Amino acid sequence: MRRHPLMRILNAQTVALAGVLLLNWFLFPGFFDIAWQDGRFFGSLIDVLNRGAPVAILAVGMTVVIATKGVDLSVGAVMAVAGAVAATMVVDGYSAFTAIVVALAVGTLCGVWNGLLVALLDIQPIIATLVLMVAGRGLAQLITEGSIVTFSDPHLIFMGTGSFLGFPMAAVIALVLMIAVTLAVRRTAIGLFIEAVGINRSAATFAGIRSRMLLISVYALSGFCAAVAGIIVAADIRGADANNSGLWLELDAILAVVIGGTSLLGGRFSIPMAVIGAIIIQAMNTGILVSGFPPEFNLIVKAGVIILILVLQSPIAQQLLIFSRRNAGKRSTP
Amino acid sequence: MADTSYTLQARGICKYFGEHTALQDIDFALRPGEVHALLGENGAGKSTLIKILTGAYHPDAGEVLLEDRPVSFRDPLHAQAHGIGTVYQEVNLLPNRSVAENLFLGRQPTRFGMVDKRRIEREATELLARYGLDDIDPRAELGAYSVAVQQIVAIARAVELSGKVLILDEPTASLDRNEVEKLFEVIADLKARGLAIVFITHFLDQVFAIADRVTILRNGRLIGTEPLTEMSRTDVVRMMLGKDISFSGGTSAVGEREVGELLVSFRGTGRTGSLQPFSLDIHKGEVIGVAGLLGSGRTEMARIMFGIDPADSGEIRLNGTPVSIQSASDAIAHGFGFCPEDRKADGIIGDLSVRENIVIALQGKLGWFRALNRDDQLEIAGRFAEMLDIRAASPDMPIKLLSGGNQQKVILARWLATDPGFLILDEPTRGIDVGAHAEIVRTINRLRDDGMALVVISSELDEVVAYSSRIVVMRDRELVAELRGENINPSVIVQAIANQSDEAIAS
Repeated sequence: MRRHPLMRILNAQTVALAGVLLLNWFLFPGFFDIAWQDGRFFGSLIDVLNRGAPVAILAVGMTVVIATKGVDLSVGAVMAVAGAVAATMVVDGYSAFTAIVVALAVGTLCGVWNGLLVALLDIQPIIATLVLMVAGRGLAQLITEGSIVTFSDPHLIFMGTGSFLGFPMAAVIALVLMIAVTLAVRRTAIGLFIEAVGINRSAATFAGIRSRMLLISVYALSGFCAAVAGIIVAADIRGADANNSGLWLELDAILAVVIGGTSLLGGRFSIPMAVIGAIIIQAMNTGILVSGFPPEFNLIVKAGVIILILVLQSPIAQQLLIFSRRNAGKRSTP
Repeated sequence: MADTSYTLQARGICKYFGEHTALQDIDFALRPGEVHALLGENGAGKSTLIKILTGAYHPDAGEVLLEDRPVSFRDPLHAQAHGIGTVYQEVNLLPNRSVAENLFLGRQPTRFGMVDKRRIEREATELLARYGLDDIDPRAELGAYSVAVQQIVAIARAVELSGKVLILDEPTASLDRNEVEKLFEVIADLKARGLAIVFITHFLDQVFAIADRVTILRNGRLIGTEPLTEMSRTDVVRMMLGKDISFSGGTSAVGEREVGELLVSFRGTGRTGSLQPFSLDIHKGEVIGVAGLLGSGRTEMARIMFGIDPADSGEIRLNGTPVSIQSASDAIAHGFGFCPEDRKADGIIGDLSVRENIVIALQGKLGWFRALNRDDQLEIAGRFAEMLDIRAASPDMPIKLLSGGNQQKVILARWLATDPGFLILDEPTRGIDVGAHAEIVRTINRLRDDGMALVVISSELDEVVAYSSRIVVMRDRELVAELRGENINPSVIVQAIANQSDEAIAS
């Protein structure tokens, strides 16, 4: 049943990405131009990867949460918290390394908190994570004492604006995180357990899966990913903006996961496809900017894409698809 | 031949769901002023019949007559408007609104377009008094009162809205003894007022305490309608379980067989509000059959054994050593396995493949990090698919696409893959086709002969008798009898379930 590797790459998400990129090229002929300058690549395509990285990183954690039939609305606020922690610590004289480690730990702790609410108290994920979505931004403002904390620590700034082998650091981190988490869930039994719990938590419990530990872990991972994204965004602007860092990005992350084919009803998931979903979103953003349309169009186009995806995933459309396939099958048999 | 003595009548009702026959040629008639018990095991067709009477389903054949006029209800609301009210086991009222508001919900008297609160409360007080609930404050939140009171409020509401027929679907399932008595007083009163009452329950005591006639369904067929004055409890159980009188020859073939050493023993194991403490020793190479009606505590016993609902009293010993079983994963770590009764809700993981469904319990036992790779999984799935004759087009197809029988075999394979010492099967042959049925019975026999300890819960008495070494009988959430030797025989089991001639089964 294994398909040819090339066939496995060819699916709805990659076709959609190719479509968006081609459309961008059509609207802005210089879209695929890449230049080498000052030891790094430049170009619209590189920009898509760089700008898309924070959402892609959020999407890695969001995918596993959604696969358990949950959702994490707090990731945007956790980004702000992590950014605030890292920025205030370097301003207070700690090393960039310490600041990053503490910020990641705080983000993970935020995720554990969400996980405890969901797994132990059985609160619906959308409400449980809404708590931190609201409170997290307040927490970030307390840490920054209401102002934008700017810093000039070169190591911390490198996380947002540096480059590795010519590629933007943010994109490299997103890629490494995607590969690491994918391997961690697919080379162990964790991925199978996540899918089992997401599809039928009761049956998974009967089969001996300790779903509580698993749920806490996936929310912790989501918090960790949010912290990574928060550090990158803060490093990029050389400051922690508690009000605007990561604002509404939880919605982009959820959209990326859904574009990536993971159902909001839980179950089967794909982390790489969610990352491609994030890149599709960013390619649309960038495409509208470089092609000279006013940025307001961006939101309208995004809404259109969401509607299209939701319609395609709806039960009625699925039935129509199966129906048409069955008919096609009938016709092909004599 | 207008038979005016019936309030509600159903004639020749058939209902099919695809290939499945839910009801076949059912006649059911309800007299005014009678309490009519409707009995049958799970899947017998009770709720389908009720749904047809109340318009939730439409029959594929046959007709429903209300006071001798053919009727066809659009939905339960329409039926209610014509006088047929239903009260379900789970009270579906609004617990956070007042008692009075619940009684008048949807038909509030208004004054200048506003709800006339004072009138509602006045009328509610009068209404409650008629049901012996004088001490209830109609302004208080409904949720503040006990389930019994809520149940009576639901009945009062249904009677006020309908007034001819009252259908009570397991109203006593979550009530204690005193509350049941209170409810019965209300029912007796309504009966005296000339209402026709359908009473569905699993408790035989209650049937004999309050019902006048009984209709018994089995596998979608009408077994009979009889006045209860002419029936004994044994007769009723026999009709429900489908045991004809050819009893004596059914003695177990395995009853006298040598069993292996003691494996698991439960001593005073119980759980408050679920099951009275029970004691049971289970040896290797032994099948313990569990008999009893639905709601008798069969499934509760299995859930306690497997740690889904951990025991809060007594102790469990495995090979003589006390063990603690607080969760399913504890039980699995000790080599237990459990095929649950509700395959869809607790068994299959629908979107996962057959292969993943087979290996998941073994993988759960191995933990997060000792992952079985794809080839291991295929090898295990293939081995058990062959052993149990699982018919799946591919091990990678989602399990939800398989037939019920094949799904059940996959769940069985899931446990066999963990190499269990002790396996609990709850209704392993319910709702599956004949071929899969035979395969599962064959597997039970083979596992027993290979030295596994099994507990098998089943309503199919012939089947239980055929493979059990011993049989325990459950009644009213208590283990009431343990049968061995020549007592493993359907007639003795039926008597034990019905609680008659206890001296005959003293073992």
